[in-house]
Amino acid sequence: MLRYTIKRLISLFISLAVASIVIFAVIEIAPGDPASFMLGMNAQPETLAALRTELGLDVPKVQRYLTWVGGMLSGDFGTSYTYRTPVMDMISDRLWVSLPLALYALVLSTALAFPAGIYAASRRGQAGDIGVMGATQLGVAVPNFWFAMMLVLIFAINLRWFAAGGFVGWDKGLWAGLHALTLPAIALALPQAAILARVMRSSLLDVLGEDFMRTARAKGLTARQALWRHGLRNALIPVLTIIGLQFSFLLAGSIIIEQVFYLPGLGRLVFQSISARDLIVVESVVMLLVFSVITVNFLVDLAYAAVDPRLRSRT
Amino acid sequence: MIRNLIIGGVLSAVFVCAALISFVWTPYDHAALDIANKLKTPNALHLLGTDHFGRDILSMIMVGARTSIAVALVAVGIGMGLGVPLGLWAAARQGTWLDELIMRGNDLVFAFPSLVIAILITAIFGAGAINAIIAIGIFNIPVFARITRGAALSLWRREFILAARVAGKTAARISVEHILPNVTNLLIVQGTIQFSLGILAEAGLSYVGLGAQPPTPSWGRMLADAQTLVSIAPHMALVPGFAIILTVLGLNLMGDGLRDYLDPRLRVARV
Repeated sequence: MLRYTIKRLISLFISLAVASIVIFAVIEIAPGDPASFMLGMNAQPETLAALRTELGLDVPKVQRYLTWVGGMLSGDFGTSYTYRTPVMDMISDRLWVSLPLALYALVLSTALAFPAGIYAASRRGQAGDIGVMGATQLGVAVPNFWFAMMLVLIFAINLRWFAAGGFVGWDKGLWAGLHALTLPAIALALPQAAILARVMRSSLLDVLGEDFMRTARAKGLTARQALWRHGLRNALIPVLTIIGLQFSFLLAGSIIIEQVFYLPGLGRLVFQSISARDLIVVESVVMLLVFSVITVNFLVDLAYAAVDPRLRSRT
Repeated sequence: MIRNLIIGGVLSAVFVCAALISFVWTPYDHAALDIANKLKTPNALHLLGTDHFGRDILSMIMVGARTSIAVALVAVGIGMGLGVPLGLWAAARQGTWLDELIMRGNDLVFAFPSLVIAILITAIFGAGAINAIIAIGIFNIPVFARITRGAALSLWRREFILAARVAGKTAARISVEHILPNVTNLLIVQGTIQFSLGILAEAGLSYVGLGAQPPTPSWGRMLADAQTLVSIAPHMALVPGFAIILTVLGLNLMGDGLRDYLDPRLRVARV
């Protein structure tokens, strides 16, 4: 297990390094000099040069890359070109909306998908199974931001159970914060729950055909007992992988959903930064998202290997 | 299930036809403003109603189908065009550093969700439908590379491939002449799925302003316009929403149906 962990850890670092180089290079070729953008058309050459020095734009690219990466490792993402505040502060403020939203959606999606998938698998081919599968087929096809608009129309505008948008902030209490994130989380969770329920069902069906399930029945367990004690645990492995993958999709997906609910999350930050050409913020948010995808995948790989020893020797 | 194939095929065909017909005919000019008739609910003159500028929604949906289908189709083309050769190449050099390099490269691209790629491209070039195509297309490459390599690896162990090698064919020729035809079914099914995902992704990107820009009509943009008016003119949000759902549903059903139809083992298993 240790050997495997070290191997995966090395490839994690290589992936992160290459990803950061790609992102840095892409932002580098973006047209326009941040300093002249900040100062406008009529800036004096001396002021421009001074600002370029201040922003660290006058040193060679390789050195700037190393400064950027080194800064990120120590929690310093640089200074926003437009707001002149540390990017780290801007991101962590927004992350307090986006991250809880993604986690909330993940919990909802899992809570919906597990019962649906188990129910469908245990009634394979019957009306219940066909009904659940039909519903998931529809759930996969619904764009989450459109679903979000419909939720706003029904639950915020007509029924007035929730606010149509905005975020009260966590200082108003946990309940108020969760309440404000409920509709966005449902909108994010539903399509993911549909995918997860399908994975749960097919994984469970694979396990139900195994010999040990027949043995479990033969030793006197009822179908239900066998399913809960032996089937479910073994079916969980592929499901966990998908849950891991979904987290990064939910984080990226929250960028779109935030637009529907006018939430002050990473999404709004990144779109504002694009239009203000505040590329250092764009760069950092993108790196953060990619970092989370790569790291979650790494953790899923490790969890997978911890559960299934066969995988450790393979790579 | 052959039923899925038919339902899915018909649904998809409706929208493809709507897109094609829009080149020669739409009920109204999709860009023509008619403020006097704004926000009309569906009626005999405007079958799907009008938007806040009095534009005919049916016409916009038809022209918007063009954008959605074109973006998703080209993105699948990019994914297949680059991903399939990479997958074949990796499989032919299985276990070598080249295989490792291609697959690790795939993992890396996989870590960039198409939304993130779109954000990066927009930061450089500004927004546009081309960005959406590139962003979704890049995301499709590793999908096709992985599935091709996976299927090709098991084929390389088969006897007819061994026979081809004994006959002196090069790895490249075997990949093209023997491996590729045997993974085509798989690629068609995956292509359908990526096509439907592409339509969803395009709608999302143009909704947040990273995809097609006005005046190019697109379903995502129509939804963005509808957002502030959803309480007074719900049809503006409902119609493009249903267009997306039905198209994606149709393509997914068609993909499922095709998979069952093209895989003879599944057919036998059911009988």
